[in-house]
Amino acid sequence: MTAFATDSTPAARTAGIPFILKKALISAAVALVLFSLMIGIRTEAGPTGQLIYWTRFGDLAAVVAAVFGGSIVIELLRHWLGPADTRQIIPPAVQRGLSVAGSFVGPALLVFTLLVPVIFYDQRYILDLAILVLTYVMLGWGLNVVVGLAGLLDLGYVAFYAVGAYSYALLATNFGLSFWVCLPLAGILASLWGVMLGFPVLRLRGDYLAIVTLAFGEIIRLVIINWQSLTGGPNGVSGIPRPTFFGIPLTPGDDGLAARLGIEFSPTHRIVFLFYLILALALLTNWVTIRLRGLPIGRAWEALREDEVACRALGINTTTTKLTAFATGAMFGGFAGAFFATRQGFISPESFTFQESALVLAIVVLGGMGSQLGVALAALAMIGGFELFRGLEQYRMLVFGIAMVLLMIWRPRGLIGHRAPTVYLKQAQAISSDLVKEGHG
Amino acid sequence: MSGEIILTVDHLKMRFGGIVAVNDLSFGAGRRKITALIGPNGAGKTTVFNCITGFYKATSGTMRLKRDDESEIALERLNDFRISKLAKVARTFQNIRLFPGMTALENLMVAQHNVLMRASGLTFLGLIGAPTYRSAEKRAIDLSKLWLERIGLIDRADDAAGNLPYGDQRRLEIARAMCTEPALLCLDEPAAGLNARESAGLSELLLSIRDQGTSILLIEHDMSVVMEISDHVVVMDYGVKIAEGIPEQVRDDPKVIAAYLGADEKEAIAVMESGT
Repeated sequence: MTAFATDSTPAARTAGIPFILKKALISAAVALVLFSLMIGIRTEAGPTGQLIYWTRFGDLAAVVAAVFGGSIVIELLRHWLGPADTRQIIPPAVQRGLSVAGSFVGPALLVFTLLVPVIFYDQRYILDLAILVLTYVMLGWGLNVVVGLAGLLDLGYVAFYAVGAYSYALLATNFGLSFWVCLPLAGILASLWGVMLGFPVLRLRGDYLAIVTLAFGEIIRLVIINWQSLTGGPNGVSGIPRPTFFGIPLTPGDDGLAARLGIEFSPTHRIVFLFYLILALALLTNWVTIRLRGLPIGRAWEALREDEVACRALGINTTTTKLTAFATGAMFGGFAGAFFATRQGFISPESFTFQESALVLAIVVLGGMGSQLGVALAALAMIGGFELFRGLEQYRMLVFGIAMVLLMIWRPRGLIGHRAPTVYLKQAQAISSDLVKEGHG
Repeated sequence: MSGEIILTVDHLKMRFGGIVAVNDLSFGAGRRKITALIGPNGAGKTTVFNCITGFYKATSGTMRLKRDDESEIALERLNDFRISKLAKVARTFQNIRLFPGMTALENLMVAQHNVLMRASGLTFLGLIGAPTYRSAEKRAIDLSKLWLERIGLIDRADDAAGNLPYGDQRRLEIARAMCTEPALLCLDEPAAGLNARESAGLSELLLSIRDQGTSILLIEHDMSVVMEISDHVVVMDYGVKIAEGIPEQVRDDPKVIAAYLGADEKEAIAVMESGT
């Protein structure tokens, strides 16, 4: 009958060529309707302001044909791979090998990260990119406390990043406080804002919580823009002091670190110092989060994500539990913000738009909510990958979007979706992502 | 009823808009006794539970819990988590509410949140790994192990709660409630969905819990369980108490039979009288 009739999988036997062709035709028809205006007709403003247009039926035909062919290829792939919910059988030995290899990914990544400034010492671009990636790793880990552990969907995380950045910028420029004094202050101020956000949204869940946190993020940005006398409004704050090596400036002068160590000054020193600074901050975030997970507060966060009503029945104060989650996440956001300010030397409200919140949230979701390694990998993929596609110019976003859609189809619960238990008697078994709840918001 | 009373519910009324779910209900639960609350579906039993455990705020009425030191706590003035924390009233749910993505052991550890939170110095001592917290955590694990052994789940301690069979989940939920070390344990239909053997095991577990000093308030439809283990039975229908007494007494009460069989009260009494 058909080529698939001989195939052994049951799915292949149920759908033959007519089904595939029908599906491809429907897809092509939808594509034709969609692209007939988008690609088929090109309009431009003429020299005297009138509208001129011309048709591009050749391009349109090519796109429709591509959709037709693509649909057939996808269907064939589906037949070849079997239904979506069947797992490919992997021999247990290979599985065990993979899980052993998996446990080395984290340490290997850490060692590699530590060596980045050594390997890429001469490549300023890579060092800058690495600092950017690490900043997002830290933001991701901070938001992971709120979204991944406590299950509270926060779309306004950038607000805490902004509070941290402006705290450092204003304290340093107005009062001349050093970075190391301002860093904890920025964290404390940001967590205060976290609590302030937490109070009104305690009763909200899911979509409603997301909307209010989104609004909160925008409020902070608008306040920064409009409070000109304090924040400089849209002009931002400039001349933010660069970080010092515990009081020793990283400058070419006589009292600079290079002169004191007796080595030749190089601007790369500061970059390397910033790299290790953000690495230390990110690792601090990671360490604290891992510790907190094993403590009663961390377990209460996860229990809150799993079932809030049951938490209350067990005598857990869900109000303080939620507030501590917000405050902890916000504190790390504040630290990252202070770092951002000292690295840039200049901050303005433009750096704290909703897009940043969305990006950090995407990192957390993509990494697998609650997984530290997953978030780090996702930050690397999102920020690093985005740079990787730079050569594709205007198609960068498209490729990026497709990559994310594919990843979410392949791993709907993120790169590392399973959950590791915080305490065990005999053996820590990974808990399948099917059982772990996402939280109600 | 004889003996000391741990919980006194007095003129409890719960109104949802125009519907009166519980009306003028008064009863007592004995200390170290099993008190069963039974009645047809929709009689208002779970509403009573939700009022006692603070999930609903009662429209009127009082609920007094007598503590071991004879002091009394007014439950209607506390909200949900404080009832568990201060009054030591624990509960389970009609539809199981475990933390499915956490292991059986973790579920029991979450139940000891308040004890561990105090021991961890509100997290700060725990963060630096203070020895006081370590020993408290060890004690918490020991208590969890004890309960896992009692409910026969010690071998599945590291399995996700959501992966356990239904009957095991029911028992785990009871163990989790017991890990809060309650004075009064409120169980909402613990035998629902259990087979005969599992029900018998449950009866045994509840009797052992009672004998160790925890009072139990029980909603149950499985009459074999109720009749076997209850010391006192309160029967509700349409939000009011229709009978109360020891199991045998309640079983033979014509009003109760009428409520369960759905017959008209007079008719049922006539049937009963003609039968005897």
